[in-house]
Amino acid sequence: MKICVCVKQIPDPNIEVSKLDPATNRLVRTGVSLVLDPGDEGGVEAALLLQEKHGGEVVAVSMGPQTAQEALRRTLAMGADGAILISDPALAGADSLGTARALAAAIGREQPDLVICATESTDGYTGMVPGGIAQLLGMPALTFAREISIDGDTCTIHRVTPTGYQVVEATLPVVITVASGAYTPRYPSMKGIMASKKKPLSVLSMADLGLNASEVGEAGAKERVVSVSKIEARAAGRVIKDDGAAAVAIADFLDQYKLL
Amino acid sequence: MMADTIWVWVELNQGKPFRGSLEVLSKAAQLGAAEAVVFGSGARAAAPTLGAYGASKVYVHDDAAYDDYMAMPAAATLGALIEQQRPALLLFATTYDGRDVAARLSPMLGSGLITDATDFSLNGGELRVSVPWGGENIVTATLVHNGTKLVLFRPKAFALEEHSGITPTVEEVQASIDPALLRARITRRVEQAAEGPGLEDAAIIVSGGRGLGKPENFSVVEALANVLGGAVGATRAVVDAGWVPYSYQVGQTGKTVKPTLYIAVGISGAIQHLAGMKGSKYIVAINRDENAPIFSAADLGVVGDALTIVPQLTEELKRRKAAGG
Ligand SMILES: Cc1cc2nc3c(=O)[nH]c(=O)nc-3n(C[C@H](O)[C@H](O)[C@H](O)COP(=O)(O)OP(=O)(O)OC[C@H]3O[C@@H](n4cnc5c(N)ncnc54)[C@H](O)[C@@H]3O)c2cc1C
Ligand SMILES: Cc1cc2nc3c(=O)[nH]c(=O)nc-3n(C[C@H](O)[C@H](O)[C@H](O)COP(=O)(O)OP(=O)(O)OC[C@H]3O[C@@H](n4cnc5c(N)ncnc54)[C@H](O)[C@@H]3O)c2cc1C
Repeated sequence: MKICVCVKQIPDPNIEVSKLDPATNRLVRTGVSLVLDPGDEGGVEAALLLQEKHGGEVVAVSMGPQTAQEALRRTLAMGADGAILISDPALAGADSLGTARALAAAIGREQPDLVICATESTDGYTGMVPGGIAQLLGMPALTFAREISIDGDTCTIHRVTPTGYQVVEATLPVVITVASGAYTPRYPSMKGIMASKKKPLSVLSMADLGLNASEVGEAGAKERVVSVSKIEARAAGRVIKDDGAAAVAIADFLDQYKLL
Repeated sequence: MMADTIWVWVELNQGKPFRGSLEVLSKAAQLGAAEAVVFGSGARAAAPTLGAYGASKVYVHDDAAYDDYMAMPAAATLGALIEQQRPALLLFATTYDGRDVAARLSPMLGSGLITDATDFSLNGGELRVSVPWGGENIVTATLVHNGTKLVLFRPKAFALEEHSGITPTVEEVQASIDPALLRARITRRVEQAAEGPGLEDAAIIVSGGRGLGKPENFSVVEALANVLGGAVGATRAVVDAGWVPYSYQVGQTGKTVKPTLYIAVGISGAIQHLAGMKGSKYIVAINRDENAPIFSAADLGVVGDALTIVPQLTEELKRRKAAGG
């Protein structure tokens, strides 16, 4: 079985609040520490667990600047077998459609049985790339999975819903998105880190994939940011220290605003 | 080209139009000629309700094929209908299925899309969409292409508004569904019955965080929500730790909620959590650390031990309710 797992490199969400460049309205990616998206680490974990059970190969795929190689190296250190980076200056400023087109072009060449993504990225979080890839590759997309199993050529997931879950099945090949927090990613071992240095990581340009700038890069982007403004900060209210009467104070507050 | 026609994709929830879709329809009807599109069992029966929320026309395909996993068949039928009718805009409420359908339409039609939106305007036909971003910005975005533009809105972005007196024209969509599009099937639906209202609809939400210390202590939050008739929420930290299911998670990667009252118990107030609950009308926070960021968003902040205060509060509220009748 061949699994392609889509991974994105993003500004470390645990350290900084992502900023937009006021000139281009693009995400600031220089001078910030970049990491493999934590949601995508969950996708890599899901892929590796399936590989441990069913064998086959896991290939991580990313679109981004050259620095994204670091994120791909991390997936290799976790245990992926190979990695592909789609990188081309003309890809900067791609919207979700352009991103889906570029990823689908690279993934299509791999002819995977399974494509795994996170339900949404942590920085852009449109959540539209996986479904786009599925449409372009003619596959069903099984979304919001918190459990995945494969039996022969049938893939079954537990799909989180607002009130429980659905058991959904489809015949391979399929695209799956994993729900946030559903898979706890492993840490790369020392051995894994050493081994990752020898694993294949190929870098493809738009020309390599036969992609046209008018369709995928900023030139092809349909979505434009017009302006960015600050949300008015919510004024902080009253803060009291509990001296034994806090419960009564809260109840009074609720009474005052007719919230009971 | 019907330049001013705004389509709203209406999702059915057990045969009834989903509230979020009606919210979007209410807004669309204020800005232009709003028409609704609804597929699945009960689609036809839903038309009068959609008229009441402002649809002058309703496209229906009352076919049970969509009741199962609908993304592929719905995108195919909808895509063909759009090619025929070319509405200027197609709006969605953000739901699990709506997201799946929109994601497919974008490459199918070569249409751009904007997600996570909270508002939009059309000035002289120019689309402007507001997207809250990163907890502290509002991004105004637009879509620059000729075809139908796709926008997905957060729940509660708009108020419900009934319009009296509209009887919509009902147009039956002629479509046959290619069996090849029914490749994903739902084989079982499991409801994990939560008591009380769901997070999205609740007027009162009590949410717990890691400050509760251990999973068993989460019950103090549930007891408080119970006496208030509210729903229970949680931070990602406790969801990831497995204390409660993902469906409880409030925040950037969880649910966006807009209750009248939000009580944050043992929650630090990380920006990703704030992103999901800042729109609450009143916020009460209980936290041991007087420097916790949650206090900067709270109308009433209480510095103290949640495990002492919350049970006391629950008792106090029970007492007042009993006294007040
Ligand atoms: C503030 C802001 C708002 C934006 N709003 C919009 C918008 O409304 N519409 C729009 O079209 N674009 C928008 N964009 C651009 C969009 O974020 C980028 O196009 C991005 O490349 C793809 O979208 P995403 O990160 O939202 O992906 P998502 O669909 O949220 O990502 C889901 C998963 O797909 C995979 N994936 C996504 N991108 C990559 C990648 N580059 N490499 C490998 N795997 C990937 C990952 O597994 C990821 O977890 C916005 C960007 C910003 C910064
Ligand atoms: C990409 C990304 C997406 C995320 N999405 C979300 C999201 O959607 N929702 C979300 O919630 N988080 C999200 N997070 C996580 C977020 O950054 C925080 O880690 C999380 O919200 C913290 O949860 P917490 O407040 O429960 O825990 P902590 O940050 O550990 O805070 C616990 C608080 O409890 C207080 N406390 C301790 N003991 C007591 C006591 N006895 N009584 C009273 N107070 C006490 C402490 O002072 C502390 O402030 C996301 C993070 C990332 C990186």
